Amino acid sequence: MMWTALDTWIVVAAVLAGATCAMIGSFLVLKKVSMMGDAISHAVLPGIAVAFIITGSRSGPAMLIGAAVVGVLTAVLVHVIHHYSRLEEGASMGVVFTVLFAIGLILIERAAHHVDIHPEHVLFGAVELVPLHLISVFGFGVPRGVILLAFVLLINLSVVTLLFKELRLATFDPELATTLGINATMIHYLLMVLVAMTTVAAFEVVGSILVIAMLIVPGATAWLLTRRLLPFLIVSVAVSVVAAVLGHIAAITVPPLFGYVDTSTAGSMATVLGILFFGALLFAPEQGVVARAIDALRLRLSIGSQDALGLLARAAENTESQTGSLSAAELRGVHRSPFAGHRLKLAAILAFLRVKGSVVFRGGRYHTTERGSEQGREILRSHRLWEQFFFDDGKVRISELHPAADVLEHYTNNDLREDLSERFAGKRTDPQGRPIPGED
Amino acid sequence: MNNAISSSRNTMHESASSGRSVSPESVALHVRDLTVAYYRKPVLWDVDLDVPPSVVAGIVGPNGAGKSTLIKAILDLVPHASGSVEIFGKPYRRQRRLVGYVPQRESVDWEYPITALELVAMGLYRKIGWFRPVSSPYRKQALSALTDVGMADFAHRQISRLSGGQQQRIFLARALVQDADVYFMDEPFAGVDASTEKAIIGILQRLRAAGKTVFVVHHDLETVREYFDYLIMLNMRIVAAGPVAEVFNSENLKRTYGGRLTLLDRAVDAMGRTPG
Amino acid sequence: MITDRLLRVLILADYNTRVVMFGTVMLGVAGGVVGVFLLLRRRALLADAVSHAALPGVAAAFMLIMAFGGNPRSLPLLLLGALVSGLLGMGCVLFISRFTRLSQDAALGIVLSVFFGFGIVLLGIIQRMRGAPAAGLNSFIYGRTASMIRSDALLIGTAALVVLVLTVVLFKEFRLFTFDPGFAAGDGWPVQRLDALLMTLVVSVTVIGLQAVGIILVIAILVLPPATARFWTDRLSVLVLLSALIGATGAYVGTALSASIPRMPAGAAIVVSHGALFVLSMLFGTVRGIVHELFARRRLARTTLKQNLLRALYECEEAGDVHSAETQWTYLMHTRGWSIRELKHAVRLLRLDQAVYRSPEGQWLFTESGRVQAARVTRNHRLWEVYLLEHADTATAHVDQGADFIEHVLGDALVAELEKAVPRFGKVVPNSVHVIGTRGKRA
Repeated sequence: MMWTALDTWIVVAAVLAGATCAMIGSFLVLKKVSMMGDAISHAVLPGIAVAFIITGSRSGPAMLIGAAVVGVLTAVLVHVIHHYSRLEEGASMGVVFTVLFAIGLILIERAAHHVDIHPEHVLFGAVELVPLHLISVFGFGVPRGVILLAFVLLINLSVVTLLFKELRLATFDPELATTLGINATMIHYLLMVLVAMTTVAAFEVVGSILVIAMLIVPGATAWLLTRRLLPFLIVSVAVSVVAAVLGHIAAITVPPLFGYVDTSTAGSMATVLGILFFGALLFAPEQGVVARAIDALRLRLSIGSQDALGLLARAAENTESQTGSLSAAELRGVHRSPFAGHRLKLAAILAFLRVKGSVVFRGGRYHTTERGSEQGREILRSHRLWEQFFFDDGKVRISELHPAADVLEHYTNNDLREDLSERFAGKRTDPQGRPIPGED
Repeated sequence: MNNAISSSRNTMHESASSGRSVSPESVALHVRDLTVAYYRKPVLWDVDLDVPPSVVAGIVGPNGAGKSTLIKAILDLVPHASGSVEIFGKPYRRQRRLVGYVPQRESVDWEYPITALELVAMGLYRKIGWFRPVSSPYRKQALSALTDVGMADFAHRQISRLSGGQQQRIFLARALVQDADVYFMDEPFAGVDASTEKAIIGILQRLRAAGKTVFVVHHDLETVREYFDYLIMLNMRIVAAGPVAEVFNSENLKRTYGGRLTLLDRAVDAMGRTPG
Repeated sequence: MITDRLLRVLILADYNTRVVMFGTVMLGVAGGVVGVFLLLRRRALLADAVSHAALPGVAAAFMLIMAFGGNPRSLPLLLLGALVSGLLGMGCVLFISRFTRLSQDAALGIVLSVFFGFGIVLLGIIQRMRGAPAAGLNSFIYGRTASMIRSDALLIGTAALVVLVLTVVLFKEFRLFTFDPGFAAGDGWPVQRLDALLMTLVVSVTVIGLQAVGIILVIAILVLPPATARFWTDRLSVLVLLSALIGATGAYVGTALSASIPRMPAGAAIVVSHGALFVLSMLFGTVRGIVHELFARRRLARTTLKQNLLRALYECEEAGDVHSAETQWTYLMHTRGWSIRELKHAVRLLRLDQAVYRSPEGQWLFTESGRVQAARVTRNHRLWEVYLLEHADTATAHVDQGADFIEHVLGDALVAELEKAVPRFGKVVPNSVHVIGTRGKRA
């Protein structure tokens, strides 16, 4: 597959479209009005059709003005219908955009013979045709669509830069913003205007449905990866740029692998965006499915090893020696052992403790090292402090003290332990008469 | 003092486990070891309850104490980590027909296109059974329940055109037609006007007189003595449960509402923050 | 010429028209019925995500059929593909909103656009394949009724019938669980299974609607008819019937327009017809229609004005200021602050009601029925005043309910209590109006 100047322009257009959409679409995701992007991207169709029919050309400014009008109109109509009919917001969006889209479709079909716009391009875009309409800029031939996109990108960038803190406040807490003198409603409509203009500019490249992918998916992906606004915006734009480049490359290289020719760049960009999102869903550092599974596993490991060390510490106490020592069978067999019937779990945890140097295996038994004994005492101390706490609280039966303390001891850090011991200052034994190990 | 606590604990312990002198059928609600957790964060912890029949029982506790969750967990509406619930000595799932439920008013969409009468008739659906429509005898029954709560004049009004108190009344009427033996009501007094409040109290008294057991989530401590004869004080765990005269005292209130649970809160918070 | 053709279409003169009309009208009915519950379940846009998610399924089914040498225009097979990927899309929406912090809204947008994008990728491949009749696939995007044949219409008809029967049989159950899932579950109904059944019905209607209305607009046949019907009724049973009727009407009109006007895409024509019905209903509907609401507001303003004057005149009489026309008007204008315009307007209204008449001396005096009304209005007003003072905590809930009979709102017992309280506020309650026997169900 040859890379030509045509491909370069396609990628440039796609990158610009992606960045523009991502920047403004991120705020839709933040405001939890993603589907307004869906509604507006459908609803601009009659605006475009009317602008075409009136001006007879694809004049950029006329289209942007038409888009701005339709953007506000859509937002107002959705609000009015929601208000009067008390339909849920989603349903009133459904009413507005389907009817507007249908009107636009009819206008285009009816006017097709004197307007060069094809129903297919409305939906899928025709990024392949972008390099064909060149305009001379300083003697260079630059595609018209690219200029339009660059212009809208500039507008979006200036608005986001200038109104950064206002946008942050108005998307986070509209009511607070209003009390602080920032008109959240105006910001909302401004956002809708920008979305509509962005949609129109990106429309030729990616088509009206795939605009939604570029508006929402980068923001949603970034939402999974970061929690602060500026990094969120940067990640969102970066995701869209990566998807634009990879999308075009995939469109011309992947289908040939299966013996086909090539395919739509816009569709391929949306697919790549979807894959990136799915990747983030699985592998995001904090909120990813995998990260959470690992966290859960680590938690179980840490609880398990604390349980084991606790048992060993009790054994040390009973034999009045410094180190606890038990065999695997004993660890499973002691009264209330959390490992009863969990041979494999215990084996894994003991292996983990040996790697960490908390226990050593000698002569068929596990012995705590100095470090392990220390950890075990701390756990025992937390446990007995909690038992004391519940006993003092009056309502926990002695027989049930142990399980409750068993849960809590794993969540007791040094601070909490200190506060607990402050409450029971001077207490050296727990309710069942066993000693509470000292601070050190 | 300490003795008193430990002895009350002991009696509770004994009555709850082996040496129970009363037969299980004479306990309207029996809850054992009920624990509910959202993700890892426990909301209810080791709840044990034995409530005798024919009482109006208030459930009180601070915000976030798990009052609504307790009801929902008993009714199997939220999954519980452990525990069992028995109604008159048999598992809840087998006794469903003995139980009536009044959810919080905010839990439904009041713009829904039904009339007050149709809403009340929903309480009869279980009796009517699958597939069969609501026939005229059932509608009459629903209407008479509406009359009971003083709402007959509004039978054919769409439900959003009723005031908050009136909405609460038709919710109660729906529970009444369920003709249950044990009722669970989630904050029926929230945001109602004076006359509805009186109407609700009237209904509660009638239900008790008819031998029904009623559980009411409540948040106004001032009216506890007036409304209830049994009280469940809750703050993630049962702090106290028993006849109002016995358990409604400043010490228990301090335990329920006071700062004594802050240490526990912090541990629970640490659990909540731990992902998984 | 167009009118000629339109007439032929409307009376179903041609066999083809009959087939297409049957298909689209049945679709309209099914969409209208299922849509009611979809809307009440507050999941309108889920249907949009499902329809968009169907595209890769259609395209993949097409490619598979081509690969195995079948007929790539076989509607049932293509729809099967659509059903599978539509359900997959719905699963993804639920998965994303369950396992991330993203709102359902974002999940819908993601699934809708990414699935559609992948569909476009497959479509792009198909269009560049040699010998593939790809044109048929485009009809799924915008809808094309012209290609509908008898078996297609029968498929739609059968599916619609199944949907209808299930909805009628499970009407009561759907009503219960869509209104109050918590109560339904507590009452022992299998809420999750009912929900799954409802969503399956939604997906089925969406999928069979693809061919006629197209992926983009199919959500309209589910959302618009119930939204339109909502302006005419507050009863669920009526709503379902009306929504079905509106669905059928919109489909009929739209199909007829599309069949008789050249270059008029059917899906768009059906949606625009539905849109017109919606706008008309929103304006003129009897339940919350805009015009109706405006009239109601005007009526309320008039009633308030009349009641205010009745009370003013009554209190004027109480104060003993009716000796002459001058003292009466002075009282009304200076003490009560009425403007001459308001006063004239209100007096005209009261005269029309025959509540007041002008004495030969020029004062405005009550007729017999006027006095009864005035006493009632005054009494209610004073009781409300006291109620608002005494029960400030809960009274706000009732402020907008200026009912004719306070008892209907507050109950007899409370009203009696209030009556006792009124003298403490330095006023006397006018005689109870019930004695005169006007109490009826007027509220």
